[in-house]
Amino acid sequence: MKRTEPLQLLEQESIRIIREAVAEAERPVMLYSVGKDSSVMLHLALKAFYPMKPPFPLLHVDTTWKFREMISFRDQTAARLGMELIVHTNQEGVRRGVTPFTHDSRAYTEIMKTDALRTALDAGGFDMIFGGARRDEEKSRAKERVFSFRNARHHWDPRAQRPELWNIPNLARNRGESFRVFPLSDWTELDIWRYIGREQIPVVGLYFAAERPVVEREGQWIMVDDGRMKLAPGERPHMKMVRFRTLGCYPLSAAVVSRAVTIGGIIRELERTRNSERAGRLIDFDQAGSMEKKKREGYF
Amino acid sequence: MKNGNGILRFLACGSVDDGKSTLIGHLLHLTGNLYDDHLRALEQESAQNGDNGGIMDYSLLLDGLTSEREQGITIDVAYRYFSTHRRHFIVADTPGHERYTRNMATGASRCDAALILVDAQLGVVPQTRRHALICALMGIRSLLFVVNKMDLVAWEERVFRGVEAQCGSLARDMERFGLLPADLTVVPASALLGDNLVSLSPGMPWYSGTTVMDWLNNISLWPGRAKAPPRFPVQYVIKVARPDGAWQEGVDEGMRQGTGIFRAYAGTVTAGSISQGEEVTVLPSGLRTRIENIWCGELPMTEARAGMSVLLSLEGEHDIVRGDMIIPGSDRVEVAHLFKVRLVWMDEQALFAGRRYRFRNLAGTATAEITRLRGKIDLSGYQRLEADQLSLNDIGEAELLLSRPIPFDPYHENRETGGFILSDLLSNATVACGMILHAMRRADTVRLQCAEVVPRERADLMGQRPCVLWFTGLSGAGKSAIANCLERKLHKLGRHTMLLDGDNIRQGLNKDLGFTEAGRIENIRRIGEVARLMTEAGLIVLTAFISPFRSERDLARDLIPAGSFIEIHVDTPLEECERRDPKQLYQMARRGEIPNFTGINSPYEAPEKPEIRIDTLAQPCEESADLVIRYLIAHNLL
Repeated sequence: MKRTEPLQLLEQESIRIIREAVAEAERPVMLYSVGKDSSVMLHLALKAFYPMKPPFPLLHVDTTWKFREMISFRDQTAARLGMELIVHTNQEGVRRGVTPFTHDSRAYTEIMKTDALRTALDAGGFDMIFGGARRDEEKSRAKERVFSFRNARHHWDPRAQRPELWNIPNLARNRGESFRVFPLSDWTELDIWRYIGREQIPVVGLYFAAERPVVEREGQWIMVDDGRMKLAPGERPHMKMVRFRTLGCYPLSAAVVSRAVTIGGIIRELERTRNSERAGRLIDFDQAGSMEKKKREGYF
Repeated sequence: MKNGNGILRFLACGSVDDGKSTLIGHLLHLTGNLYDDHLRALEQESAQNGDNGGIMDYSLLLDGLTSEREQGITIDVAYRYFSTHRRHFIVADTPGHERYTRNMATGASRCDAALILVDAQLGVVPQTRRHALICALMGIRSLLFVVNKMDLVAWEERVFRGVEAQCGSLARDMERFGLLPADLTVVPASALLGDNLVSLSPGMPWYSGTTVMDWLNNISLWPGRAKAPPRFPVQYVIKVARPDGAWQEGVDEGMRQGTGIFRAYAGTVTAGSISQGEEVTVLPSGLRTRIENIWCGELPMTEARAGMSVLLSLEGEHDIVRGDMIIPGSDRVEVAHLFKVRLVWMDEQALFAGRRYRFRNLAGTATAEITRLRGKIDLSGYQRLEADQLSLNDIGEAELLLSRPIPFDPYHENRETGGFILSDLLSNATVACGMILHAMRRADTVRLQCAEVVPRERADLMGQRPCVLWFTGLSGAGKSAIANCLERKLHKLGRHTMLLDGDNIRQGLNKDLGFTEAGRIENIRRIGEVARLMTEAGLIVLTAFISPFRSERDLARDLIPAGSFIEIHVDTPLEECERRDPKQLYQMARRGEIPNFTGINSPYEAPEKPEIRIDTLAQPCEESADLVIRYLIAHNLL
């Protein structure tokens, strides 16, 4: 592996970011969403602190609507690495019956993801919070710092971000204030897959093409992952060779038709694709400037 | 991967509305780096916002914040990623508005190249000069001036040549200021229509130079970091108890074995390279030991180079903490707590001398005080102006005192160990970014090469204490006469001396310099440097120049070790000088034949606290020289 090779440079940079955040943290935590980016971020954390276990727990905000395969992969991963896993669900939301089918995606995300995350962070008193977001995913993410300041209410103020010079982040903060830290800021989707290939990093099987039960809704393929999904009259799931480019709550993550069953296949598919990664993320499009609004309120 | 040329980080900057976001967006499109769904969304949005007659508004791709789109300006940096067959690119699209200079600096601090946009209709404006200066101060050596909106000036070559000349004069001002010459190219373009972005424009047949994309593909990455002396700041100490601590699953038994603690140091090699088995010094303690093992993740390695984030174990048990610096081999590093620095001020509240801030660099934090403001840089000609404060977005020079000594390198030698930030002690806001120019007093220079002859030894051999006797005063005040007389006396006392004056400097070393303000500043700077070299050689140096500006005399003072610079004000009133007028210069100046003549049409700033003041009306030459000798004896310099 050549030293100037882009993947190598990205990897070394990310390790540096992870170590810096932990060195300055009182209570660090890693948001683990079970997706490919989280898998890479966790792998980098293992490298950053080898031979020591990364000195922080993993936190998963479980909306109860994640793909079942994601949940089992999450539990296996934590057990395999011997890392502490905190799972948080907004029980109040569950009691009130907030689901992606009964509420619009904006309200659902606010209650089951953003609120839940804020509560979990407050409960743990976490002050340095790793997230696997990448700047190439979305326009407002492209604007965010690697070390992104949050006030005591977890809000982001995109108009007044702290300058971020060289590799010297200003991590000074008062009680209750925190930083979201994005070690993968400079990675692209292709970088992620090439690195997964190079390092043989385990990822959820949903990323690979397989015959799965899907229905077509508004031009998107939605997988019927369990019996809670209400089918419209006349709607019948049928098997189709699909995979997921991005994973979230199953009713809100559209699949893409694909034959890529290996990492190499995924890389070749991405090199040719004409569509962006988040084209299948339904919650990104529920209103204009949607991601920025969610982020301001504390969403990752 | 096909392209093996690494990652080039560059930024787009320049004044507001000069077309930065449009250029980057269009470049992404033309190089096939946009997805179809993004393009479709862009077409829709362009049509909604559009007053451009069906032409795409590429800036919407970059201006990702709601308030940016509402106001049609860029507020904060957007980062985009793309690649060509040649290399990977990370581009920072930075705001042009003066108010968001801090965000532009954020984008620039990690870049190796800059596209500086200039509106062909307006030419180089102050904001262009501000951004160019920040790029240069940050150490960006490859600059491409993109003269944009050529479509709005009918693709006229004459217009382009005019702006090109302005860019050339900007570059000359930069060099005169003392910045390293940049690799500078100027290209005419239309970001909106795409001309000269990736292929040469048929509209401008008179231009046959590089396109923007060719330039980006072909510039060479600065090799400085790999070649600079090796530095390893300790970022994090990894400690695991043997045998039952928090080991990762599957860690080698050998590592876990035994009692006590496994301890190693994590960090990034910021320059040069380090090798297993190499001898190292740890600063600030000065501890000497050897590198036992290096790992990158679980992978053992024998050598780690600049940019690599690794883990080191050292021979023996030591108390090493975050912020310590590990320096390998025969290298040396300076440790100091008083610096001359450059600052880009980023806070609404102005900087005044005497304020305290939190300093942070790779060696950790300290409390900092700006002990003295050394002027700000005027954008129109990159000249140093006297200033008693730095306001938002000002760039200036200052003296910075830290609460503890830190290891450092001058910024131009190493960005990583020479850059720092200042933040407010209460609000925690970042108020400035800074670059260390040099230490003012060397608290301690850790020397690893014992064989080197140091200035002190040279002077000892001559049996004297070197110093600079800096005579200043109006033309005809009597500086040269006193200096000559004094040198003769010192010579008789067996001292090794050298006199620098107009005769031996202006006609040789500095004969290329004129008498403009800039020429005079450079004249004094060179004299100061020569005087410093001569004191390091062990000599007592006498200089006799008008040296009318306080800041330039202070510049010279900075170069010389404290206590060894003696400023002597030959204080003869203007009327007396004009009466004497030995070379008839005053007569000529009064007739307007000499521009910028000190005392007549250019100011003389008298020293506020010279070490010695000589009143030539009260005492003749001989006695004045004796006065200086008495001062030298009283201060143990003779």
